[in-house]
Amino acid sequence: MTLLGTWIAAFLTLAIFSFLYKDNPVYKFAEHLYVGVSAGYMVIYVWATDVRPLLLDPFVQTHLQTRSWAISFSQHASLFIPATLGVVMLLRTFPKISWVSRWPISFLVGIGAGLAITADVQGYLFPQVQATLVPLWVGGSVLTTFNNILLFVGVVGTLAYFYFSREHKGFLGGLSRIGVLFIMVAFGASFGYTVMARISLLIGRIHFLFADWLHVVH
Amino acid sequence: MKREIPLLITFLTGLIMIVQFFVPHRPIGGIGTGVLSWYTIIAGFTLLLGIDSLIGLHLKKLQRRQSGWSYSITLILGVLLALGLGIWSEVKYGSALAFGSPFMYLYTYLVVPLQATMFSLLAFFIASAAYRAFRARTLEASLLLVAAMIVMLGRVPLGAAIWGKLPLLAEWIMNTPNAAATRGILIGVSLGALAMSLRILLGIERTYLS
Amino acid sequence: MSWLAKLEKIDRRWIFLGVALVVSAPLLLGLHSKVDITPPVKNTYEAIDRLPPGSVIMVSIDYDASTMPENQPMLLAVLRHAFQKNLKIILMGHWPLGLPVGTLGLDQVAREMHKTYGTDYVNLGFRPGTAAVMVNLGTEIRNVFPSDYRRVLLDSIPMMRGVHNYNDIRLLVGIEAGDTYEFWIIYVQARFGLKMAMGTTAVMAPTAYKYLQSGQLVGLIGGLKGAAEYESLIAHPGIGLAGMPAQSAGHLLIILFIILGNIGYFLSRRKKA
Repeated sequence: MTLLGTWIAAFLTLAIFSFLYKDNPVYKFAEHLYVGVSAGYMVIYVWATDVRPLLLDPFVQTHLQTRSWAISFSQHASLFIPATLGVVMLLRTFPKISWVSRWPISFLVGIGAGLAITADVQGYLFPQVQATLVPLWVGGSVLTTFNNILLFVGVVGTLAYFYFSREHKGFLGGLSRIGVLFIMVAFGASFGYTVMARISLLIGRIHFLFADWLHVVH
Repeated sequence: MKREIPLLITFLTGLIMIVQFFVPHRPIGGIGTGVLSWYTIIAGFTLLLGIDSLIGLHLKKLQRRQSGWSYSITLILGVLLALGLGIWSEVKYGSALAFGSPFMYLYTYLVVPLQATMFSLLAFFIASAAYRAFRARTLEASLLLVAAMIVMLGRVPLGAAIWGKLPLLAEWIMNTPNAAATRGILIGVSLGALAMSLRILLGIERTYLS
Repeated sequence: MSWLAKLEKIDRRWIFLGVALVVSAPLLLGLHSKVDITPPVKNTYEAIDRLPPGSVIMVSIDYDASTMPENQPMLLAVLRHAFQKNLKIILMGHWPLGLPVGTLGLDQVAREMHKTYGTDYVNLGFRPGTAAVMVNLGTEIRNVFPSDYRRVLLDSIPMMRGVHNYNDIRLLVGIEAGDTYEFWIIYVQARFGLKMAMGTTAVMAPTAYKYLQSGQLVGLIGGLKGAAEYESLIAHPGIGLAGMPAQSAGHLLIILFIILGNIGYFLSRRKKA
């Protein structure tokens, strides 16, 4: 079965790679198969990781312990609320009653926003601003002094560049120009790493073809 | 009422989350924990959103024999294959995710190679883009280019072979100018996100209701 | 058509072929190379190495098959190191299409190192909700995962007795492909003070350096090179190290393309002037 699976995987890999020559029916077949299987996979996954363990298993386990569905239902009655909201969310498909789906969406959005407000301040703003307030003179280490100054100037310059409430001229314009230079270096570094990422992904697939399928590499 | 009740739900749930951050003890903490558990259950159903419209779209394409309808058969068969194997694995193995189940076989030999190969195509496109579009037209573009080349070489063994200090230079670029610029961007983004979250909580931002 | 014009209008399929050949050749030839160890990876290694035996660490699978070539080698290297140190591993994740890949990796390494499920490691699986899951785990793991991915109640799993929330976990190692690692930092590191190290794809690594610099992360494994460094540190070569010659060749080719492209551009600009 593993051998068959490897050949299927190799065929599908080459089918996707065939797109590099030109768009063709084999590629389109593989692409549509991927979308279809992923969609079906998601349905089963939601059942296996959400509906069954969080909605059904609590009732079943309590029933196994107490031998009473009445006790089981009374203990876990509150679960009907998220279950109902979850199902109501799917009513978005029907235009006439799709307004009902706003309730679970509001629930999710409200929690997300509430969590984000405290997390943004505690996790982003405070630590990152604090880490920028580094000593601009470190006796005995020219390199650390230089790096600290660069870090501070870079952060302030970048913030100045993205401040669009005033025209970028004079002092703000100069600071913004410095910010642009730092942003360009960061984007360059990001491009370099992106190239690394893409080549790595290709290495992975070629390694599979040579090692697992053709066995010409160990 | 169709808009007012959702806005009230948004406000109340958001407020519970903020209050339980400062008061994690019972009963507030208990309410917060319960609400988060409900979030997990409801969020699972969001993963299913879109699947119905995907299937509906392709069924319509099939019905009307629109261009590419034969591929729609492949898509729908793919959905049925995954559902069928998933249900069979649940019944026979006790869990679709059981090691060695047909569902996991489908995942390992179909989903994994398809997904991995789709993304590996990007290596070819980035090479093509680098050749055709990456031009040192201005000082800024040249700076970007130079930084990119230093990092690309410094991050592979070849760079150390060319010049021993190249990896150090690449590491310095990541730790100092890169960290400074990305931090500046993050501070700006987080201030914006904070403002947006407040607007949502207070009902000023309502686009999520449409 | 002049050679310059030909150069500018080259069919991109020749470029694709060049990339395929340059990346394949080192793999076929079985070339090897050493890697220099960078401080972020060394710090991750030391964060795990310093933990006393029996410590519980959490490994989060926040990637899927699309970035498996980068993330899987770092997962395997981290798991091998953790098992070498007799640490207890709790595996979970936030990407539904990724948990099975992580599970395959964990099962593979556990078998290699003769570790027992339930005593040495446990797989909690996936739950939707990301931020809500992360915050809720800080109160009680059983609020989110009453059972593991095989539907066995956590209370009946030996290694989970006495493990209730982040206070009982010494370190989180996130294997990341998207921005889920930032969620871990802002919702867990900031709020609960849990020490964490991240293994990210190369695309996400540049944005993670600011968290290293601020001390919110104790270590960072960036991309396939990071995985290669970690394999080197634990003296267990894998795909990370095997891929480095191909990685070098690929980078050199891209740089050549950039230089060629710019030469063509400047020459044609001069010609027009």
